[in-house]
Amino acid sequence: MLSRVANSLYWMSRYIERAENIARIVDVNLQLLLDFRNLNEERLARHWLPIVQTTGDEQQFFQLHKKATGDAVTEFLVFELENPNSLVSSICQARENARMARDQITVEYWEELNRLYWFVKTPQARKAWEESPSDFFQQIKNSSLQLLGLSYATLIHNEGWFFAQVGKFIERADKTSRILDVRCQVPEGAPADGREGDANEADALEWSAILRSCSAWDAYKSLYGAEVSPKLVAEFLLFNEDFPRSMRFCVSEMNRALRRISGVAEGRFCNGAEKLAGRLAAELQFSTMDEIFAQGLHEYLDGLQGKLNDIGSAMFDAYIFQKFDHLGDEIMVQQEEQQQQCP
Amino acid sequence: MECFKMSTKTKSQPTRRLLESYSPGVFFDEMVDAQGRARPHYQQFRELFQTLTKKEFENKRQAVDLAFLRQGITFNVYGDSAGAEKIFPFDLLPRIIPACEWEKLERGLVQRITALNLFLHDIYHEQKILKDGVIPPFYVLSGKHFRREFVNFNVPRDIYIHICGTDLIRDDKGNYLVLEDNGRCPSGVSYVLENRRSMKRTFPVMFERSGVRPVEHYPQDLLKMLHFIAPPAAANPAVVLLTPGSSNSAYFEHTYLARQMGIEIVEGRDLLVRDARVFMRTTKGLQPVHVIYRRIDDDFLDPTVFRRDSLLGVPGIVQAYRAGNVSLANSIGTGIADDKVMYYFVPRMIKYYLDQEPLLPNVPTYLASEEADQKYILENLNKLVVKSANESGGYGMLMGPKASQAEIEDFRKKIQAEPRNFIAQPMVSLSRHPTRVDGDHYFEGRHVDLRPYIVYGEKVVVAPGGLTRVALRKGSLVVNSSQGGGSKDTWVLYGDQ
Repeated sequence: MLSRVANSLYWMSRYIERAENIARIVDVNLQLLLDFRNLNEERLARHWLPIVQTTGDEQQFFQLHKKATGDAVTEFLVFELENPNSLVSSICQARENARMARDQITVEYWEELNRLYWFVKTPQARKAWEESPSDFFQQIKNSSLQLLGLSYATLIHNEGWFFAQVGKFIERADKTSRILDVRCQVPEGAPADGREGDANEADALEWSAILRSCSAWDAYKSLYGAEVSPKLVAEFLLFNEDFPRSMRFCVSEMNRALRRISGVAEGRFCNGAEKLAGRLAAELQFSTMDEIFAQGLHEYLDGLQGKLNDIGSAMFDAYIFQKFDHLGDEIMVQQEEQQQQCP
Repeated sequence: MECFKMSTKTKSQPTRRLLESYSPGVFFDEMVDAQGRARPHYQQFRELFQTLTKKEFENKRQAVDLAFLRQGITFNVYGDSAGAEKIFPFDLLPRIIPACEWEKLERGLVQRITALNLFLHDIYHEQKILKDGVIPPFYVLSGKHFRREFVNFNVPRDIYIHICGTDLIRDDKGNYLVLEDNGRCPSGVSYVLENRRSMKRTFPVMFERSGVRPVEHYPQDLLKMLHFIAPPAAANPAVVLLTPGSSNSAYFEHTYLARQMGIEIVEGRDLLVRDARVFMRTTKGLQPVHVIYRRIDDDFLDPTVFRRDSLLGVPGIVQAYRAGNVSLANSIGTGIADDKVMYYFVPRMIKYYLDQEPLLPNVPTYLASEEADQKYILENLNKLVVKSANESGGYGMLMGPKASQAEIEDFRKKIQAEPRNFIAQPMVSLSRHPTRVDGDHYFEGRHVDLRPYIVYGEKVVVAPGGLTRVALRKGSLVVNSSQGGGSKDTWVLYGDQ
């Protein structure tokens, strides 16, 4: 497979996953606010700012907005095209990558992604959002999940498909770690920084919100009962072997996909990405929450995100060789210039 | 609920059958004769079509438009806001060509592409046609797209133009004329295939009853040709389509054709040349490439040979081509045949190389660099259509009868300054075809042309039909997609009715 096409498939599925996760994060946080009373401006800013921080785009945010108000943050995360990681930007980029790899995906898959693209590009999207943010996000999530289903059920599971898998699971692992990271940055109430103990009521709500944004609420309850403790939530989202949005699950799927690309058996490796992914999978399998809280949850999550990035770039070095994104204006002008003796 | 409402409505209002009030006007109309009677090859279609209600037709039309958008069958509009994509408007009334008429067209097109390939071989080798004084050498040697670097180079299988999209028009008497030969990268064939697919879905019954020749084997014909021209040493040739990239207006077509043929679609940056061989960069390392269906211009192919600032090309690819390790379709240097001044000489080429009379005549043409012609052109600018020799897509043109005085004077200066770059033709009143329009009449006549696609490989294959383009703006004679044109499905019938 062409390296450029593999790269496109990787980014296509990564961007779809990103859009879905933004929908999850914003949706849950909007709902969460409904549970609080007496919210002053400062308290609101303390609620919204960490959400920008989850995406890692704090700097970009303050270039575009003065204050982290609810409106500014949701605009930034959902519609703002100047934010390359906003929900709408992500869908645009997913679709652009799909166009570049159009011969590798099925008609059904392409049409659904294209439909989603036209939906978010039209004023209809903003109208839907204004009427009911929750319904709007539901539509985005549904579409993303439909694409997931189409990917499993209609695409051939060849090399390119596994590149897309790697992209999806890196993105999902990264976002799960960031969602978890939001709340440990808020020194609101003592235990929320990650130390063991019972959460107060507000914290319990916030930690429930974290679970809900990962669709993990039901799974968590069936394992741990109704009590929401930061430790258990973190343990579940990091180390659960079977929950499809947990860190461990994502990394082990990614590791598997990498090995399907190269054909190298688990336990061995033929490139840096496989080595790093194998090591991270083992780490997640054998770490304990006590160790992590001793180190500090935030520091630990930070380290995880760094490791995911390293895996991404090692894979790039192994298979893609040269950078394909960021086309200059000049090349686009030349692409346009080519005579096609158009009808 | 919707159905119920409809039926009560139709009962209360007397309905007019579709096309009932259609009038051909003073033009040659494809569907009806001067008295408004359907021509024989349209009769069956018209009968079936008229069983539709306006509402049904309108529903079908909207469904088709939506399907095009959903499938991403769009083209990029340059100069529009960044990344603007549009669907190429599609009119649901098909243009129908009876078998006897098509047979003549087919023979004429084969004759023409054969002569053009002989001409290209000749001017890049012995130049007999120039030495025999049939074409003044000046015209060829001064051609913007004449590639002197390729004189005495033998192209694979001696084919220059592999894919040709000749534009045909019909005059006020219904005679077919050639407007131009597009021998570089003619595009639009993807619309032929997609238009057909949506017509079949929209009017299955009509289709079945009419006896329409299929167009679906075009991608196979194309692939067969690409295999035919592969370097003989390549036992299992790897064929790719080279696209300028996703910002190009025809990018949809590139991905579409690559998909239909099951070949890789590559950009210049996916390819590299080592030891005069072309490779593509894959996740498993470098893989050889033997045949390239390229959709980028000669000028951009190789920055070490042509334009040095090209970011789309592949350094060294010309060297690989010269070494016979990679074949290109179309060959380098065919642009000279698209020069509108060369067009003037095509009838002479046919006579010279094939000793035949042209089956498809040209539009009468005047060359601005011939003294007598220039005088005539300058005196009649307000009646003529002036075209730049090396522009296409409806650009660089003066439509005399519709132009302002200032535009005319502007062209006068240009022609006097650079006569080699201009030709002029009388304004041909293109034939019209009933077309769905906004407004009371609902169907009105609009001017159309026809672009059949010819593939020249082991055999010469003309895809039955081609793209019928229609100028959707009232009175407009410009059918180009960039300037308000749309398209129609083109039906070539097995029979004459």
